[in-house]
Amino acid sequence: MTFLTTDAGVGTIVEPFTVTDPSGQAWELVVGLEVHCELATATKIFCGCANEFGSEPNTNVCPVCLGLPGSLPVLNRQVVELAMRLGRALRCRVEPSVFHRKNYFYPDMPKDYQVSQYDRPINVDGELELPDGSVVGIERAHLEEDTGKSTHVGGGGRIHDALHSLVDYNRAGVPLVEIVGRPHIRTPEQARAYVQELRAVLLATGASDAKMEEGSMRVDANVSMRRAGTDELGTRCEIKNLNSTRSLVRAIEYEARRQVDLLSAGERIVQQTRHWDEAEGRTHTLRSKEEADDYRYFPEPDLVPLEPAAEWVAAVDAALPPLPAARRRALSDRTGAEQATAALVVERDLDALVLTAVDAGGDPDRLLTRAANDLAAADVGALTAPAFAAVSRMEADGALTATQAKVVLAELVAGGGDPQAIAAARGFEAMGEDELAAAVDAAVASDPAAWQRFVDGDPKVAGLFVGKVMKATSGKADGKAVNALLRQRAAG
Amino acid sequence: MRIRTSERGRAGHLYDAFVAERITREDVAHVADLARLSLSEEELDLFTVQLAAVLDHAEDVESLDTEGVPPTAHPLPLVNVLREDVVRPSLDRAEVLAAAPAVEDDRFRVPPALGEEQ
Repeated sequence: MTFLTTDAGVGTIVEPFTVTDPSGQAWELVVGLEVHCELATATKIFCGCANEFGSEPNTNVCPVCLGLPGSLPVLNRQVVELAMRLGRALRCRVEPSVFHRKNYFYPDMPKDYQVSQYDRPINVDGELELPDGSVVGIERAHLEEDTGKSTHVGGGGRIHDALHSLVDYNRAGVPLVEIVGRPHIRTPEQARAYVQELRAVLLATGASDAKMEEGSMRVDANVSMRRAGTDELGTRCEIKNLNSTRSLVRAIEYEARRQVDLLSAGERIVQQTRHWDEAEGRTHTLRSKEEADDYRYFPEPDLVPLEPAAEWVAAVDAALPPLPAARRRALSDRTGAEQATAALVVERDLDALVLTAVDAGGDPDRLLTRAANDLAAADVGALTAPAFAAVSRMEADGALTATQAKVVLAELVAGGGDPQAIAAARGFEAMGEDELAAAVDAAVASDPAAWQRFVDGDPKVAGLFVGKVMKATSGKADGKAVNALLRQRAAG
Repeated sequence: MRIRTSERGRAGHLYDAFVAERITREDVAHVADLARLSLSEEELDLFTVQLAAVLDHAEDVESLDTEGVPPTAHPLPLVNVLREDVVRPSLDRAEVLAAAPAVEDDRFRVPPALGEEQ
């Protein structure tokens, strides 16, 4: 693993995803993600209408979010609180900010403008650390209002062929944070990891429920390619309509190859917005990218500037929960967990249980293995940390085999209890070596033909003998030990 | 070059140069297009000249020394006007949709729009 200092901070270098063109020239991928998240408030950003997914169409609307003449917006305090929580969790600075009007004519905004933050966003200059140790810079995380939801009628629901559109303004004015990542992402997998990590931060801070399938978290990918080993950024295309992390990965790979086909043919990439079609597995051109000037941004005269006091920011900092990157590090420091294991255990929200069980005298390696592989995420039922610790000790001491430990754990999750008593009730006392050897010999003797095949080198027959031993010992035998004995007998 | 609009009659070619330095007819056509305004050829000529005068005024303002003057984001000396996150009643849907030119499935029915799908 290599460490270096980048403009994003200190982090692991990720080997870039490359596409080699027919002439042998390798091109490497550069991705920057823009993520829109709906904030988990009770009401909209500028009015008291409910911020609620799935209401009957046009029931959460009022003069403010419908843009009726004479109505005036007032900023929701909780929007500021949640935006700052997210910003601070992303290691951003909170700065004095101003709202602008972004002017465009499209029926999803009845006002014909969207209120957004332009040159003075609330959060600037942060970073997000991913489980693989890489660090992606965050340019800004600014506030804006969501738009209404259009349904296109006719033409197969495609906007270009629609006969007309139907608009529901329940979503118009729902608070959004747009998190603009720097173009530091080098592989499709890293893009997926970034989105998953960002989602974990959004959930931990309570800023958003971050559901891609319900559209409360929406990801756009800016994709460009450059000659491998160079530093300049190529012309990018923005990919929209990415409804899952799977779409994100597929769309980036497709777009990378599309661009290399053009570049290697000596053509230029035109900066544009493209639409991902999940069914066809390709991107379509949607429109040429507008210049920012075309939106004719100007300061929203109906809203005053936002300047959160230092005390408010300090209170936000003090109340931040432990974040995934810090939790992974704490787990690794205390237990020696590998990067991937620590990531898995934290993702499953089982790190606190493991650490408490370590404190209660549990065996760290066994605890991590069981937490990473055998316990359901977040919900461990009636399993307590001391009981988890006891099972790990019994396994580490050889009193329980791995298979038996899993059975005892499952019973503890289902109904709690004393691990020793459960093991005893199941007859899980450790088998003596002699007893095990006798059971293996009996199994071998019971099927000489199959045994000969095993001796002749057919490894598939091993399962047959392991099964026989398990049956004869009521599952008490350790599968690994049985396999070792079988190999020993065959060799001898 | 500082020429007042009233001098146009006496120095037409200078005045044309004054306009051309500030804004072109194409700029005005582009801005009109963004605002969904359809302008006649005469209106384009008229507004090009008028907008040049507006930009000229902006240049006058820009020439002032504003060193040390903080930018004004709002005419009111106020920041942080906030409301609590408490739900208030929304409008009655029948009343809202009654004001729409066309309605279908409890939604506003609008002509097809080419552009960004949100």
